[in-house]
Amino acid sequence: MSKAEKSDVLLDVDNLTVRFAIKRGGWGKKSYLYAVDDISFEIKRGETLAIVGESGSGKTTTALAVARLVAAHQGTVALDGVDFLSLEEEALRLTRSKIQFIFQDPYSSLNPRLRAEKIVQEPLDSLNTVSEAERQPIVDDLFKAVGLHPEQQRLFPHQFSGGQRQRIGIARALSTQPDLIICDEPVSALDVAVQAQILNLLRKLQTDRGLTYLFISHDLGVVQHMCDSIAVMYMGKIVEHADRMSLFNNPLHPYTTALLSAVPSVDKKRRKATKRILIPGDPPDPLALPKGCRFANRCPVAQDQCLQSQPPLRQVAKGHKVACHLVTEKATSPMVGLKLPS
Amino acid sequence: MEPLLTVENLRIELTTRDGIAPVIDDLSFDLHAGETISFVGESGCGKSMTALGIMGLLPDKIGRIASGKIIFNGEDLTTTSEQRLREIRGNEISMIFQEPMTSLNPVYTVGEQIAEVLRAHQGLGKKAAWDSAVELLDAVRIPNAQRRVSDYPFQMSGGQRQRVMIAMALACEPKILIADEPTTALDVTVQAQIFDLLRDLSNQSGTAIIMITHDMGAVAEMAERMIVMYAGRNAEQGPVENIIDHPRHPYTKGLISCVPHIMAKLTKERHELTEVGGIVPSLSEFGQDKCLFASRCNMVTQKCLEKRPPEIEFKGGHRSACWFAEKV
Repeated sequence: MSKAEKSDVLLDVDNLTVRFAIKRGGWGKKSYLYAVDDISFEIKRGETLAIVGESGSGKTTTALAVARLVAAHQGTVALDGVDFLSLEEEALRLTRSKIQFIFQDPYSSLNPRLRAEKIVQEPLDSLNTVSEAERQPIVDDLFKAVGLHPEQQRLFPHQFSGGQRQRIGIARALSTQPDLIICDEPVSALDVAVQAQILNLLRKLQTDRGLTYLFISHDLGVVQHMCDSIAVMYMGKIVEHADRMSLFNNPLHPYTTALLSAVPSVDKKRRKATKRILIPGDPPDPLALPKGCRFANRCPVAQDQCLQSQPPLRQVAKGHKVACHLVTEKATSPMVGLKLPS
Repeated sequence: MEPLLTVENLRIELTTRDGIAPVIDDLSFDLHAGETISFVGESGCGKSMTALGIMGLLPDKIGRIASGKIIFNGEDLTTTSEQRLREIRGNEISMIFQEPMTSLNPVYTVGEQIAEVLRAHQGLGKKAAWDSAVELLDAVRIPNAQRRVSDYPFQMSGGQRQRVMIAMALACEPKILIADEPTTALDVTVQAQIFDLLRDLSNQSGTAIIMITHDMGAVAEMAERMIVMYAGRNAEQGPVENIIDHPRHPYTKGLISCVPHIMAKLTKERHELTEVGGIVPSLSEFGQDKCLFASRCNMVTQKCLEKRPPEIEFKGGHRSACWFAEKV
C-alpha cells in the first residue's frame, strides 16, 4: 500500500480475534468461544462502514473490541496508524477520546441522575484537556448541532422523548471531537418516524464534521442508506465485504443473497424480482464449529469442498471480497441460475 | 359474505391521572375469513389497545370499552359474559404476543404449555394433548419436534420460541389470529420464515390474521388491507396496494417515505429521508375535536385545528380522515 493511500485510511483492523472463556464440564475445564474470528477491514476517513449480520454473528463484539471495551485475543486495531490495542495509561486515555460510542438504547445509556448538559459535558470533565471555562460553550454548540434547545440543557433524561435522548447521546459522543464514532444500532429502539430524524442528523454531522462511522445494524434498509461499504458477518467471520453498490446490486455470498431476499419491501418491482431464498435450520453451535464453511449446513448450493475446508476471504472484483469457494473469478454468484422451489 | 369480525364505532377509554382519555376513538372495520389485515402506526397510537379490546384483555379497572360493538360470529363481545370470553379466547380468537422471550412460562416445558391450551378448550386427555403438541411443533417446523417438545423455553432460540407461541395460538385452530409485532425481536431471515409460516397456515385453515406492525415492508408483504392508526384514530384504511401507491393521508405518506427501503435496483444517489417532525401527542390530548396529526403535518391549516376531519371515501374501499385527502 502506498503512503498516499495509507493516510486516508482512518481505521485499520487486522486479524482481530476475540474469544470468551466458557466453563464446561466442571473441574475448571475451559473451552473458548470465538465471537470474532480473525477478521480484517479498514475504514477510510469520512466514510461509513456498516457491519451487518444476525444476532450472535459478532458485530457488536467487533465494535466493542475496536473501542477496547472488550479485550482482543489477537490482532491489531490501528487508528490513524497507531496501534490502539498496545497503548497504555496516558496515551490510551487521550486516544480513547478519538473513538466514541453511540448506543442502541437511549433509555438506559444516559445517567438518570444527571442533567442533560452534565451528560454531554462529562467526557470533557474526565478528559480534562480543555479548561473548565471553555466547556460550557462547547456544550452549547453541541446542543445546537444536534437540534436541541438551549433551555433543555437543564432537564433530566426522563423528561425527553426517545429521539431527543438519542440526540443527547450523539452530543455526548461528539464532545471530545472524535475521529471515529461507533454507532451500535443507533435507531433500532426508536419509532420509525423518529428514525428518519436521527439518520438525517447523523449524515449531516458526518458531512459537517468529517466524521467516520462504524455503523452496526441489522436493518438492511438503514444500512443501504447510511453506508459507503458493508461487511457481512456470519458466526464471527466476515463472509462478504464490498462497497455499497456492489453488495446490494450484486451480492455474491449465498448468505448475503438470502439475507437481502428476506427483507420485506414496499417496492412492487423488487417483490416480483426477488425470490425469497429460505435458509432453514440454525447456525452451528459456536463452541463446536464445523471445519468447513460455517454456512455450509444452511447453504442451498453447498458442495463437498464447502464441508472440507474453510473458504478464505478473497478479492474477486474491485472493492469486492467474498469468502465462498463457489464464487468464480468473474464475480458471479453461485446462486445465479439456481432453480429454487417456489 | 358476512364478515367474521365487525368492529363498529369502537371507543376504548383509559383512566389516567389527568382524567379519562379515549385511546381508541371511533374505530370501525370488518375482517373476513382468510383475510390478513394490518394495523400500522407508531407506538402509542392504539394498535395494541385495539387487539386487547377485541380479546377482552383490557387492563382491569383502568381500561374499558365505552361504546361501540365488536361483533364476532354474530355475538357482541362487548356485552358477553367473562365466562363466555374465556371460552373464546385462545380457542376461537387467539393472540401472539410481541416478546417471545417473556411471554412463555419459564418453569414449564413448551409441550406442557401447548398441551394446556388443548386440555382447557378441547377437553383432550393428557396423552392426546401431548401428542397434538408434538404435531403442532412439527407443523411450525421445529426440527426434531418429538424431542424438543420437552424443552424449556430457555433452551430455544428466539425464532423457535416465537414458533412455539404460534403453535400455542394455533392449537385450537382459531378463526382469528392476532399477531402483535410477531417478528420485531427477530432477525430478518427468521422473520421471513415466520411470515411464510403464517401465510401457509392462513391459506390452509382459512384463519383470518390481524397483524400489528410498524414495518411498511412487512405490511406490503403480508396483508391485503391495512389500517393506519394515529393517536387512537383511524387515519387511513384500505387495500395495501392502493395505499402504498398513493397514500391519501399525510401521516401515511410520512410513514412510507421516512424509512429507507431497499429497492429493486440501488442507485448512487441517496435522498435525504423525509422527516415527520415531533412525536405522537400525549394521552391528555387524545379525543379533542381537531386533527390530532395537525401539530406534525406540513399541510396544516386553520380548519385542521378547529374540527376533526371526517373520513373521505376513495375507490376500492380506501378511506382517509384528512380535510385535504384529495390533494395529498
